Amino acid sequence: MNEQEKDVILLSHGDGGLLTHQLIQGTFFPGFNNKWLEEEGDSAVLNFGQERLAFSTDSFVVSPLFFPGGDIGKLAICGTVNDLVVSGARPLWLSAAFIIPEGMAIERLSDVVRSMSEIACQLKLPIVTGDTKVVSSNDPENLFINTTGIGVIYPESNFNVKNVEPADKVIITGSIGDHGAAILAARLGLESKESPQSDCAPLDFISTLLRPYFPYIKVMRDPTRGGLATTLKELAISGSFDFWLEESSINVKPKVKAISDILGIDPYYLASEGRALLVVKNGQEEEIIKELKKHPLGKDASIIGYARAGKGNLFLRTKLGGTRPLQMLAGTPLPRIC
Amino acid sequence: MEQGSFGYSVTNYNRLTEQLLNKVLKLGQKIAEKKGKKTKIMEVCGTHTVAFSRSGIAQLLSDVLDLRSGPGCPICVTHQQDLDYMISLSRIKEVIIVTFGDLLRVPGSFTSLEKEKAKGADVHICYSPLEAIDLAAANTQKEIVLLGIGFETTAPTIATALAQAREKGLKNFSIYSTLKLVPPALEALLHEKKFDLDGLVLPGHVSTVLGSNTFDFIAQKYALPCVVAGFEPLDLLMGLYYLLNSIMEEKAELTNAYAHIVKEKGNKTAKEIINLFFEEGETLWRGFASIPGSGLKLRTEYNDFEARSRFNNLEIPQTEVFSGCSCGDIITGKLTPFDCLLFNTSCTPLTPVGPCMVSSEGACSAYYQYRQQTQQEILLH
Amino acid sequence: MCLGIPMRVTEIEKNFKAYAETMGVKRPISIKLVPETKPGDFVLVHAGFAMEKIDPVEARKRIELFEKMLNLEGLD
Repeated sequence: MNEQEKDVILLSHGDGGLLTHQLIQGTFFPGFNNKWLEEEGDSAVLNFGQERLAFSTDSFVVSPLFFPGGDIGKLAICGTVNDLVVSGARPLWLSAAFIIPEGMAIERLSDVVRSMSEIACQLKLPIVTGDTKVVSSNDPENLFINTTGIGVIYPESNFNVKNVEPADKVIITGSIGDHGAAILAARLGLESKESPQSDCAPLDFISTLLRPYFPYIKVMRDPTRGGLATTLKELAISGSFDFWLEESSINVKPKVKAISDILGIDPYYLASEGRALLVVKNGQEEEIIKELKKHPLGKDASIIGYARAGKGNLFLRTKLGGTRPLQMLAGTPLPRIC
Repeated sequence: MEQGSFGYSVTNYNRLTEQLLNKVLKLGQKIAEKKGKKTKIMEVCGTHTVAFSRSGIAQLLSDVLDLRSGPGCPICVTHQQDLDYMISLSRIKEVIIVTFGDLLRVPGSFTSLEKEKAKGADVHICYSPLEAIDLAAANTQKEIVLLGIGFETTAPTIATALAQAREKGLKNFSIYSTLKLVPPALEALLHEKKFDLDGLVLPGHVSTVLGSNTFDFIAQKYALPCVVAGFEPLDLLMGLYYLLNSIMEEKAELTNAYAHIVKEKGNKTAKEIINLFFEEGETLWRGFASIPGSGLKLRTEYNDFEARSRFNNLEIPQTEVFSGCSCGDIITGKLTPFDCLLFNTSCTPLTPVGPCMVSSEGACSAYYQYRQQTQQEILLH
Repeated sequence: MCLGIPMRVTEIEKNFKAYAETMGVKRPISIKLVPETKPGDFVLVHAGFAMEKIDPVEARKRIELFEKMLNLEGLD
């Protein structure tokens, strides 16, 4: 047994943190790399005739399939739509592929499909192609959905981390960690008078409201897996600057804080599924916040920090005025006793 | 709402915290002027290490305080040999391991529970040890092994699981105990006198079980001021305020700054249930030699619940001690993580060499997550 | 070392099973180690167990004591 153990895929390779990065850099890039992939955006940006297209794909696994505030179907549509929106694109078409466990109740699958259809109709987005596979499984809830989306990039948007300059402001469109907390609570059977709700929602309102401000938006991201900290740390590293955040301006809902405290988890690493992070030109932040607040999903938008010349660090000024660095997520958050 | 405020106005609570921070800083400066050096304080508990770092208090007071981590992170003090044994248990086909999330990624000599889980081991992460009882009742054809890590706070929760297993007559439940006792470790540490501590912040939650009285020996026998403190920023600062006052006035005394939760004599029920199932015994600690009377072993009449005897034909890999790892010196306060050559070079949370980096409350992990670079970056701005 | 958070006990069932709440989030706990717990009590919860009762009056008094002291001594 003393042989060096071969590395295998761990659940943590899929948490969007450091291990996911290692897998992409070490296994996928050497095989696939090209100039589009190199950009490492939420969508690939493809020049096609006069147009710039955004092309994005995402697969969804979530347990439980239905959770307070959403379900895997809604998540699968919103996830891909949001990746296109934060790339500065208007979504045009979607695909949906299902890998279904044998034994899943068809009614249950129909519920998922209905949820997808509802949100797609609301967004006026057609699902134009799809695929179905069935696999043997011990768990009839073990459904996987992949969605892919194509959008056209608005002419006035040019979102790129390379555009970020010192003093640019960081904006988030609402509270953090709601989705992650809702999933953890549902999984661990933490009851609640009014269970914490996932924030799972489409971000298309941002394009509607902010189009006139697109020239001032340097870069946009949705802080999903890995949460606020991992998303901003990634941006800071790829742009070679620092971000400084103010703990007191980051909105963590009391229930999200309670769940984090009970499980010993840091809310800065919990996923949001209906929030956008924007880095905007210094001086434009107040106007942009005013616009965002016109939509119910942007009513809690706030400025949480700013960019500084630096070397890819993310710092948090604590409520007491101390400073602590935030790193990328290293391993899926687990309930702890210590 | 700040959790410790109990109806007290949150605005006032936050203002008070800021005022007290200034007060403690000034007190620290006075002592530094008087003694010509920073005050060296050990926070025994790993949760304190994290709380000091996460709140920013460690950094804000770094000019006047030299904070040293103590042996109070259960993962960090767990011996490599025990880790290897526990991981080997997970490889047995009929075993379901029940563990707190803390242990999942801790590297053994060759592998970890997380890796074994990926390869098919049945590892259940629990929040309460009682989940192991439900699992045992529901899976009678399986063997349920609860990994008993922790100190006096966790010990009675494990003991309660044992009590339930006995009541229900479960035949497929056992525990692997590496439960440890804080006072003997502190005795061993203070007895060595290898470094000049000025005072100690004592573990608030271990004290809820043991009672603040238990730690009187630190003041009486070792003439060191010490304080039992809680974990919110205001709790930490109240603790430091009392401790620095004692140090300033050179009074070797124990103060309980967490008295609304920690009683002098502790929790009698919790102590009784520990004693019902466990007895003190010698146990291995990382960073120490074996310390007599510092571990909790199942009493012989409960040997049926002992995973070590139930699964005694295990092939355990030859334990490898990681060369260059300073965990042992770090959890005994002799070094800080910054003194370790591996820190943030070959040892990071993704490639942890020792458990102090993998446990989220381990000193190295806390320094990596909350402190590294801060000092130099702040100086630059 | 040992994470513990204050929660308020909302219901008590048989066999020391109880429910406790903080900031709207409720979870089951065991009150086996603090058997005299009543609904409405604040307790410190660790690993799903109430470890000790919290005295909220004492908690507030402690804060007020520091407030007074800081006012008296001033901030210097």
